[in-house]
This record gives sequence, C-alpha cells and structure tokens, in this order.
Amino acid sequence: MDILTGALRAGFSVDAAYFCLAAIGLNVQFGYAGLINFGQAGFLAVGAYGFAVGSVWLGLPFFTAIGLGLLCSVALGLVLGLPTLRLRADYLAIATIAAAEVLRLFFGAAFQDVFHGRDGISGFSAAFQAANPFHQPFLGYRPADLWVMTVGWGLVVIVSVFVWSIMRGPWGRVLKAIREDEDAVRSLGKNVYAFKMQALAIGGLIGALGGFIVALGQNSVQPDNFSFDLTFIVCTMLVLGGAARIMGPIVGAVAFWACLSLVSGILGALTEGRDPVIPAWLMTADQIGTVRFVLVGVALVVLMIYRPQGIFGDRKEMALHA
Amino acid sequence: MPERTPAAARSGPDPAVILRVENVERRFGGFTAVDVDHLAIRRGEITALIGPNGAGKTTLFNLLTGFDRPDAGRWTFDGRPLAGVPPHRVARLGMVRTFQLTKVLSRLTVLENMRIAAPGQLGERLWLAPFSLAWGRGEKENTARARALLARFLLDDKRDEPAGSLSGGQRKLLEMARALMVEPRMVMLDEPMAGVNPALKQSLLEHIVSLRDDGVSVLFVEHDMDMVHEISDHVVVMAQGRVIAEGTAREVTKDERVVTAYLGERFGGDLDDAAAAPGAGRGR
Ligand SMILES: Nc1ncnc2c1ncn2[C@@H]1O[C@H](COP(=O)(O)OP(=O)(O)OP(=O)(O)O)[C@@H](O)[C@H]1O
Ligand SMILES: [Mg+2]
Repeated sequence: MDILTGALRAGFSVDAAYFCLAAIGLNVQFGYAGLINFGQAGFLAVGAYGFAVGSVWLGLPFFTAIGLGLLCSVALGLVLGLPTLRLRADYLAIATIAAAEVLRLFFGAAFQDVFHGRDGISGFSAAFQAANPFHQPFLGYRPADLWVMTVGWGLVVIVSVFVWSIMRGPWGRVLKAIREDEDAVRSLGKNVYAFKMQALAIGGLIGALGGFIVALGQNSVQPDNFSFDLTFIVCTMLVLGGAARIMGPIVGAVAFWACLSLVSGILGALTEGRDPVIPAWLMTADQIGTVRFVLVGVALVVLMIYRPQGIFGDRKEMALHA
Repeated sequence: MPERTPAAARSGPDPAVILRVENVERRFGGFTAVDVDHLAIRRGEITALIGPNGAGKTTLFNLLTGFDRPDAGRWTFDGRPLAGVPPHRVARLGMVRTFQLTKVLSRLTVLENMRIAAPGQLGERLWLAPFSLAWGRGEKENTARARALLARFLLDDKRDEPAGSLSGGQRKLLEMARALMVEPRMVMLDEPMAGVNPALKQSLLEHIVSLRDDGVSVLFVEHDMDMVHEISDHVVVMAQGRVIAEGTAREVTKDERVVTAYLGERFGGDLDDAAAAPGAGRGR
C-alpha cells in the first residue's frame, strides 16, 4: 500500500508540477507546431536563473524578478529561432540541444559572483513563503511544498486553459497546418516564420514558469537541475500522454512520475532484506535509481511500438500522415 | 478581345497586363530550367501554359510566386515588382498558386483546410487568439463561404473528414477551392485537372470560366489539349525553359515550332489532328 500511495504522492509532487509545465511548453512547440526543441531544459534554466539573479543579485521585488525570468526565456527563444526557423527543422533541434548544454555549463562556470558556480543561487523564496497560507503538513507534504505545489498545479491549470483557448481557433489552426506542410501554408498567405517564432516563444515562456517552480520548490537553482535528462524526460512524458492534446502533457507528467515511483517502490521491496527476491548478484538496492530509468526506456520503446499516439492521441490521425 | 478589366484594376504601365515577366532565368547547376525573356499575362483572361514534360512550367510557377529564387530577372504583378517578395506576401497581394503535387493538410478536416485560407483573420493574431468574441463572427462568415465553395466542388459531404482521406482527384479539387478562399485576383493552377474524372472536369472548366467572369485572371498548366482549346483565351507554349510560341489555341497548335517541340523533328503534321476539340472555336 505504501508503494501505491508513494506513487500517487510522486504523481502530484513539486517535481511533477514543473515537469508538467515544461511538457505543456514543449507541446505548443513540438506537439502543435512541429518544432523540434531538444533544449527545453535551457528555457527552464534561463527562467529560473533570470528570476534567481534578479531576486538575489539585483535585489528586485518578487514579481519583477519573475518578469525578468520570463523576459530571458523569450530572449532565448528569439536567439534560437531567428537564425534557424527559416531553415529545415533539424537546425532548430541542433541549436536547442547545444544552447541548453552551453547555458548549463555557462551557469556552472562563468561569473561566479553572480551565478555561484555549481552551488547555484539560493535564498530568494522568503517573500514567496511569507505568503504561504499552509501551516500544517497535509497528506505527508510539508507546508512549504504544499504552497509550491498549489502554485505549480494552479499554473498548470491556467496555462492549459490558455493553450486550449489559442489552439481551438484560427491561430492554432495555422500552427497545426505548419506542422503538416509549411509550403501549403505559405501559399495561402500566412507568414509561417512569424507563427513558428510565436510558438517557440510561448513554449519557452511556459517552460520558464516551470523553471520558477524548480527554483521555489528547492529554494535554490543549480546548473545540474537543467541537464539533458530533464529535456529527455519531458519528451518522454509528452509522448506518453499524447502530443497535440491539451491533457497529453498533464497526464503524461503525472503518469510518468507515478510509474517511476511505483517502479522504485517495487524494486525496493524486491531487493530489501537479508534474502531479497532479486538476488544481489543481479541487482542491489543502490542500483534502483539507475535501473528504474532503464525500465522507463524499455517501456517507452514498447509504447512507441504499440501505442505511438500516446494515452490521449488518435491512432487514425497518426495513420493519415500521407 | 473582350475588355474585361475588373474594378480592382489599378493603373499601371499597361492596365491590360496583370503579370509581366522579363528575362527571368533559373539554372540548376549547368542546366537552364527557365529562361523567359518576355511574358505578359493579360488581366481577366484565361491563359494556358503548355509544354512538354520538363519544359520548366512548374519551375516558372515557383519563381513567380516566391517559392524559388531566379538567378536573374524581374517581374511585376499589377505593376508591383515581385522579385524577392516572400511567398506569403505574393499570396496576400492576390496571386495564389496551387501545386502540381497536391499539398492538402492531411490531418486537418476538409473544412479546416478551407477556413485556414481565408485572408485577414483576426484570430490569427496571437493577442486576439484566446478571445473567440474577437474572431467568432469572421469564422462564421468564412465557414459559410467555405461551404459554398465546397458545394461547388462537390466536396461538401466530405467537409468533416480529414483531408488525408480524400482521393487524388478530390485533393486537386480541394486545393483549387482552397486557393479561391484566399480571394485571389489571379490564380495559378498547376495541372488542376490531372486525375479528375471527365464529368467533374467539365464542371471544373465551367468553374474556371466563371472565375474569369468574376474578374479573376487565370494562368493554368495543362497537358490535355482539349481542355486548353475549350477554355483558354490565350496559350503560352514553353519548351526547354523558353517561351517558344504564343497565341490562341488554334494558332499555337498549327505552329511549326510547337509541333516540333512536342513531337520531335520526326513527325510533321498538325497538333490539332490529335486534339480536334469540341470547343476549339472559342477564340477571341
Ligand atoms: N530542384 C531542382 N533541381 C534540379 N533540377 C530541377 C529542379 N527542379 C526542376 N528541375 C529541372 O528543371 C526542368 C523543368 O522542370 P519543371 O518541373 O519545371 O517541368 P514542368 O514543365 O513542370 O514539367 P511537367 O509537365 O512534367 O510537370 C526539369 O528538367 C527538371 O529536371
Ligand atoms: Mg510541372
């Protein structure tokens, strides 16, 4: 039972909330517009660092620092998009991968008095926690976490409604059309480049919101929060939930974290004690962290084969890609 | 020659000409695909562009609509220079093309394929996109226009199906209907009739004629000489990238150079023998 409640708790944790925001952002870019962004971690990073540097180093008030973080993510979108979005799709993919890694290394090594290297920046969430209405632990979550979770999942709801509202109408229609055939869209008088730029920026902005949740959730930002693993997991969640669906990234994120926790719980139970079910020569308890990701990888492959459209996708629609 | 100058006509150097091409050249490596010295498409007329396979017709379309860049040359649409203008601007100026290999948006429904083409949609602006109040009415009007067009192209029953489920001929029809949604002043149709069944072809022809009657200039590529005879006011013949002849359908089919280009030196005779068309008399 503990394993199940643990899985449920993980599914709605702070981590799940920020991964979910990152996945919603990626859904706008990749799911709807077909832009291959392999650097979502970079958008979270500039959001989080923009906010943290603004708060700590510049001493800005909370919402001004948030604004700075959002501004940074839009700037990153422009820097990546302006030169690459006129080119073939793969150029954006390469640029985003590289940018995310460069940013992580940059934050870890450059301007030590601003970014504080690998230790990262901390001590900026006092104002945020001062507004915390929760004082008692609830369902085993600490009050501080409860507050971040409330804000995080609140943002998930607000952002999802926003994404739904722009995707149901003409703007979203152009985006979905671009995903299919850019030249057809151009021939009808639509400025494809501008639409792609907007999609990239909006996805980046939503990613930056995830970055804020990272920062507030652990009261610090470190370069290693934004490694390529993050991007990879976000992609996995989106595929799991179903791209180009409003509920896709949400269900994907919750299901992913719940499954991950479930797998570690089960593996933990199987490897614990004097005489574990899984023999020690095969696997020990301290390998759970790695093995669960191996199993996730296997599950992803199986998913791609038997349900490529994800939980929410439409198989018929996949088949139409003629 | 019928004087069909639509109200939208602006005074240019020559108001009777909607598209003027000068010295446009496109080379692929050492191979010259298009080398058109001079070409004038008349306003409010149906012009057919014919020529053997590989003559450069599609390449010329690509150049004129901004999808490809020429190595040299100038061209004007309605007196406005178009060299270097990106494709979406060209379309917005009123020159809309279709593709030889159809480009329907497979996962969108047929109706969505139509609606997306409507010009000036407020809902396409990001800051208005969330508010259906701002674009709901325009959407309704566009839907009505789209349905009317779909009905004319016998596609209204299919409106809620994904466009990817249409047959090849139906895709051609959808693409033409969609181009008309843009409210063009000139349409450039690249083999609009290829793969369309004969009965429907007839209605397509009527439709193209009615387009002209609405004041839209039409330039279309077609291999079927019957079709060309039947509806074109003017015919331009291309071969090996160059314009080799111009005139009415009758004139060009009698032209020695055209016959040679099509059949090679070995055959003499008259192209009209092969294409004694029902509407061949419809000249100017
Ligand atoms: N991108 C390209 N690269 C190299 N050569 C090309 C390219 N596009 C066209 N060509 C060449 O240019 C010539 C003209 O091609 P184009 O497609 O314009 O012919 P077309 O007149 O439309 O023929 P069809 O009637 O068969 O459609 C052909 O010989 C073709 O091989
Ligand atoms: Mg062609």
